[in-house]
Amino acid sequence: MAKFEKANSVGEWLDQRLNTTMLNRVLMTEYWVPKDINFLWAMGVLLATTFGILIISGIFLMMYYKPDVNLAFDSVNYTIMQEVAYGWLFRHMHGVAASVVFLIIYIHMFTGIYYGSYKRGREMIWISGMLLFMTFSAAGFSGYMLPWGQMSYWAAMVITNLFGGVPVIGDALVVWIRGDFNVADATLTRFFMLHVFLLPITIMGIIGLHFYTLRIPHVNNQTSEELDFDAEAEKYLSGNKKESKVIPFWPIFISKDLAVLGIFLLFYFYLVFFHYNFAMDPVNFDPADAMVTPAHIYPEWYFLWSYEVLRGFFFDVGPFKAFDIGLIAFGFANVIFLLLPFLDRDPAVLPAHKRPKFFIWFWILMVDLIILTVWGKLPPTGTNAYIGFVAAMAFILIFLALPLVTKSDAKKRGDV
Amino acid sequence: MRELKILAVVVALTLITYWGVEPFAHSQMHPHVEDANYDFKDVDGLNGLKGNAENGATLVQSNCTACHGIETQGFPAVMDNASSSAAYGVVPPDLSSAGYLYNDDYLAAFIKNPAKASKVEHKFVDGRVHPMPGYDWMQPQEIADMVAYLNSIAPEKMTNKQTFQDACQRCHSIKYGDMKNGTMNALTPNPDIKSYMGKIPPDLSQYIRSRGESYLHTFVNDPQKHLDGTAMPRVGLTEKAETQVITYMQEVGDSKKAEREELGPKFLVYLVVFAIFAWLWKLKQWREVH
Repeated sequence: MAKFEKANSVGEWLDQRLNTTMLNRVLMTEYWVPKDINFLWAMGVLLATTFGILIISGIFLMMYYKPDVNLAFDSVNYTIMQEVAYGWLFRHMHGVAASVVFLIIYIHMFTGIYYGSYKRGREMIWISGMLLFMTFSAAGFSGYMLPWGQMSYWAAMVITNLFGGVPVIGDALVVWIRGDFNVADATLTRFFMLHVFLLPITIMGIIGLHFYTLRIPHVNNQTSEELDFDAEAEKYLSGNKKESKVIPFWPIFISKDLAVLGIFLLFYFYLVFFHYNFAMDPVNFDPADAMVTPAHIYPEWYFLWSYEVLRGFFFDVGPFKAFDIGLIAFGFANVIFLLLPFLDRDPAVLPAHKRPKFFIWFWILMVDLIILTVWGKLPPTGTNAYIGFVAAMAFILIFLALPLVTKSDAKKRGDV
Repeated sequence: MRELKILAVVVALTLITYWGVEPFAHSQMHPHVEDANYDFKDVDGLNGLKGNAENGATLVQSNCTACHGIETQGFPAVMDNASSSAAYGVVPPDLSSAGYLYNDDYLAAFIKNPAKASKVEHKFVDGRVHPMPGYDWMQPQEIADMVAYLNSIAPEKMTNKQTFQDACQRCHSIKYGDMKNGTMNALTPNPDIKSYMGKIPPDLSQYIRSRGESYLHTFVNDPQKHLDGTAMPRVGLTEKAETQVITYMQEVGDSKKAEREELGPKFLVYLVVFAIFAWLWKLKQWREVH
């Protein structure tokens, strides 16, 4: 056992036992981040904060929510929204944060794509990030079911139905997921369990992993310059702060994050109080009714692009049913981002504006995703169906073209 | 400068997406309908006739009280709710507040031909008839007299809740109005109202959130505009009565609205202060490294 001397302060006492000084250095004051960054680098802290808001508001909601098809709707819309002191505030914060968190996730993701922060040693950062995207999606979907409104019910119906497309075991799989032949009480309770236990705990684990993946390759910077972090850190520590190309996480990097966070929270709380319908769909304030199909069924905005890829293939091709083609395309859309580091054949790490063809590729992808998102919500009739089909086809082609596009950039630069 | 450009791009892409999935998509899914019309110019109403309330009293009391109560004038309901809805399909309204709730021209047109004025003729085909017979065999002056009488006995003031009860509660529940005792459930029992309307009319507790104020106004004013062929009658509420009904729905369904609107600005002011301090701290920290 180590030798312990009498401590003169609480800090010292803890330091003797937990080595807090070292921990603080490793995680905060000597955790190095590049200096050449812009506000897009603050999205990680924004996400961590929003996740914190979701957890805290979620805990309060769980104190009154009742996961039972006969009680759920009223426990949310009456007990929480009208009876419990400030219950409405926690519900609005939770609902709006669940939507806004995806906006920030997308900004975070496309920042990574734009600056090439997913390759040359940073693959695991990207992959763990995409795993977070998937688990957040599952959390968003399961949470949307809990108020047991019309959209909760019918979205659950449509999405669980998709698993019926899996060959051979499809039908059995749907029943297994629902816990019933229909979307019913058993479905609600198990999605409740997923939403309040299994998914949050998985997300917390992956967030830990995501932070850890940054440790060795380090955060990328605006010019994607390869830094010698040890040499730069030494410069910084010897007092050459202005010349050093790195800054410590605490207090320099975090001060910028908090400044950006201030602006973000203003935007977020404005939505919570005055502009929440986009995140809390009015249709979901009608109680679930298995006998009445809503005129328009659509998922939350952040799922619309992949939903439109699914829906875009609306006609049978020879022996292939539209449903199956759509399902394959949907599967493609959900895993393809994960594979991005391996589809990019350009060995150099550079921001998109230094990679002429990739730059065009990036903006075509952005435009296509916005079209998919908007048309994912519109009724799929007439020309809308064809626009959806073209945009869905384009999405697949965009990703199939990525290896060629990136290789061509590299060739022109003379890197291969 | 460069950060501002990046911010402009992020904001622009966010706003385009928002515009596409919210205002644009909703305009495609819910086509615009004409504004509510509280003049009821389309009905065959009073046509400018002035009525005599005294004469109207005799007419109403001899023609209407067989089915309708006029509580305030000493005519209680003829039967209890269960019996009267079993007899007519739906509980007939007490007429005490009719002059308060309904537009005069609409009321005259309704007395003459109820199904036509309320735009539900499509429901009464194949031998089915509206539970209230039309009085278009009467002289127009007599109709005007009855309307004048109903106006003369109408209360000066009604609360939002009373307005809702008299205008809507015969068919609709709004259970959040009284969760404990259930006094805000529909007056007509479910099986009767279901066979009369084709389905149980929805509970209106959350309609202020699910439909919103502006939809409710145009819908209550003329349900057919939004839902072609719906069984819900046009009820002919005056603008004032309709506003009271919708205000009541808001008091019940969005009871924390005032608290929300009061608390919001305080949060935002606090966050402005936080943002300013955060920004100043950032400037101080970064001065060292730039």
